[in-house]
Amino acid sequence: MAGKAQKAQFDVKKTLKAVEEQFETLQILNEEGEVVNEAAMPELTDDQLQELMTRMVYTRILDQRSISLNRQGRLGFYAPTAGQEASQLASQFALEKEDFILPGYRDVPQLIWHGLPLSQAFLFSRGHFKGNKIPEGVNVISPQIIIGAQYVQCAGVALGMKKRGAKSVAITYTGDGGASQGDFYEGINFAGAFKAPAIFVVQNNRFAISTPVEKQSAAKTIAQKAVAAGIPGIQVDGMDPLAVYAAVREARERAVNGEGPTLIETLTYRYGPHTMAGDDPTRYRTSDLDNEWERKDPLVRFRKFLEGRNLWNEEMENEVIDRAKEDIKNAIKEADDTPKQRVTDLMEIMYEEMPAHLEEQYEIYKAKESK
Amino acid sequence: MAQMTMVQAINDALRNELKNDPNVLLFGEDIGVNGGVFRVTDGLQKEFGEDKVFDTPLAESGIGGLSIGLALQGFRPVPEIQFFGFVFEVMDSIAGQMSRMRYRSGGRYNMPITVRSPFGGGVHTPELHSDSLEGLMVQTPGLKVVVPSTPYDAKGLLISSIRDNDPVIFLEHLKLYRAFREEVPEEEYTIPLGKADVKREGTDLSIITYGAMVHESLKAAEELEKEGHSVEVIDLRTLMPLDVDTIVASVEKTGRAIVVQEAQRQAGVASHVIGEIMERAVLSLEAPVLRVAAADTVYPFSQAESVWLPNYKDVIETAKKVLTF
Repeated sequence: MAGKAQKAQFDVKKTLKAVEEQFETLQILNEEGEVVNEAAMPELTDDQLQELMTRMVYTRILDQRSISLNRQGRLGFYAPTAGQEASQLASQFALEKEDFILPGYRDVPQLIWHGLPLSQAFLFSRGHFKGNKIPEGVNVISPQIIIGAQYVQCAGVALGMKKRGAKSVAITYTGDGGASQGDFYEGINFAGAFKAPAIFVVQNNRFAISTPVEKQSAAKTIAQKAVAAGIPGIQVDGMDPLAVYAAVREARERAVNGEGPTLIETLTYRYGPHTMAGDDPTRYRTSDLDNEWERKDPLVRFRKFLEGRNLWNEEMENEVIDRAKEDIKNAIKEADDTPKQRVTDLMEIMYEEMPAHLEEQYEIYKAKESK
Repeated sequence: MAQMTMVQAINDALRNELKNDPNVLLFGEDIGVNGGVFRVTDGLQKEFGEDKVFDTPLAESGIGGLSIGLALQGFRPVPEIQFFGFVFEVMDSIAGQMSRMRYRSGGRYNMPITVRSPFGGGVHTPELHSDSLEGLMVQTPGLKVVVPSTPYDAKGLLISSIRDNDPVIFLEHLKLYRAFREEVPEEEYTIPLGKADVKREGTDLSIITYGAMVHESLKAAEELEKEGHSVEVIDLRTLMPLDVDTIVASVEKTGRAIVVQEAQRQAGVASHVIGEIMERAVLSLEAPVLRVAAADTVYPFSQAESVWLPNYKDVIETAKKVLTF
């Protein structure tokens, strides 16, 4: 027979609330482009501010053109990025060339601005090995398809940097759904235990395909998952380029000073579908929600902010748009001109020295290919 | 030369490589100050420091990711998975990631990683310690899979594995760690990966095997010899890539063959070996190629090992079937 419930010894609600209160959203620019947190303003020159806007506009055009090229069958796998420009580009903007990026599948823009030629990004989309053959000196790896794998690998890259005594960081990205993976936790926990210079970014765009973030976890924020690893966690307005930049810059400072990793949650949104492979967001998202987030558009608020300082105008924006379109046209042409893959090509990149069984198969395919 | 057990020979190979290459890193669960749960890494942290030989949190997937990340920074990681039954936790890092890195990056990155891990039955381990899961690795393009059966082979093969610039899965049989001693050169030497070793020459039957079954096969060969059968025993040593030339040459000479493995019949690599023989030497065969393998059940509860694990008697029985076909 059940006895009378004992009086609770612990105020669990209070504990939860106390944790959640430590993860307020960092915002610097509001939706109107007004500075609401002067104290957190990052030090950026006028040129840098213009460059950041340039990259965001360019990347919005890249997204529009990529969707259209995908529909024409001139691109393959494509995960839309519109809405996430602040989260993706302001975070990359806070990096140095020697920093290493481990992207997820939606994080192609960061790679491009870190030095991956656009034509290779298109080859990645189409499914050609040359798209993944990153140029020497560009410290990135191609987009990770296994959600979470980039997190454990990031801990390793960061530990490697620490062992080399390098003043650089490893940065990786996942989404809100990805924060439910075991590798997400293991990655941040390993980096914490080794005090490795890693920056873990969770781009919380509220949906993992059709599953809303509320169905991933009962945790009120993803940033608070950092507590489990014993590392700092920050939640930022992911539609605010200055807040994202400030958070990543600060995490980078801490990391290169030997103070270990940081988890950064960016609150953002993707205006498009999950990928171009038949996902239909109208099945799981309301137009009200879409409209609400479109009002928060990072380009709109940053444009207002820059215009208010006479650092941006329509002419400049059009110039960026034209340049982006021209670059994309040339890059697609370059991708088109890339020789088709042969089975022998694929064999050649398996091992440093081809084992006997592959050598045997190589001869068979070489004969077929020479017909 | 020194008399060494396989554990000592592996320890010696690791020491050699830590000295030889500053990029070599050893890490895993309890491999540092503790020297490993089987003392395979004994004394190495003391000699080379915590920077080179270190413990990790208890998470196999994290260890796999750590290896990949360190390799991306130019290190030569030699991680340990405490027991290979725990490989499922790190299957993605091994089979989904490191095996593919050279290919997926078009040769831009490579993974000079050697995953060391013990496995194998006969010592009454608890659940999921002794399972033979090499078949899973062999099915993964991009990996090499090595299983030594002697101290001499273990040292030479491990040095080769560590120096290989592609990922190698190096599986160490628990029962063979301290089963016997053998003369092992103290200086460094290598044994090429992908090369089998004829452990005993014969003319009537080829036994193709690896791991603990090498010794069961040698014991069986001795018994069969007494009955007038000359048996050749081939230790594969590397399961991927297979040394097809050595296998085929032997079968062409003897005309009869069996493949002996500790893994369940549906697992392991015996079917793969038979496939190669059928494609390349069927006209030399006087009889079908038969397999010695465990029953297709989950690995036995420890008390049932003796009735479940294949042993030399099973080898003799199957050999006779083929010899008298």
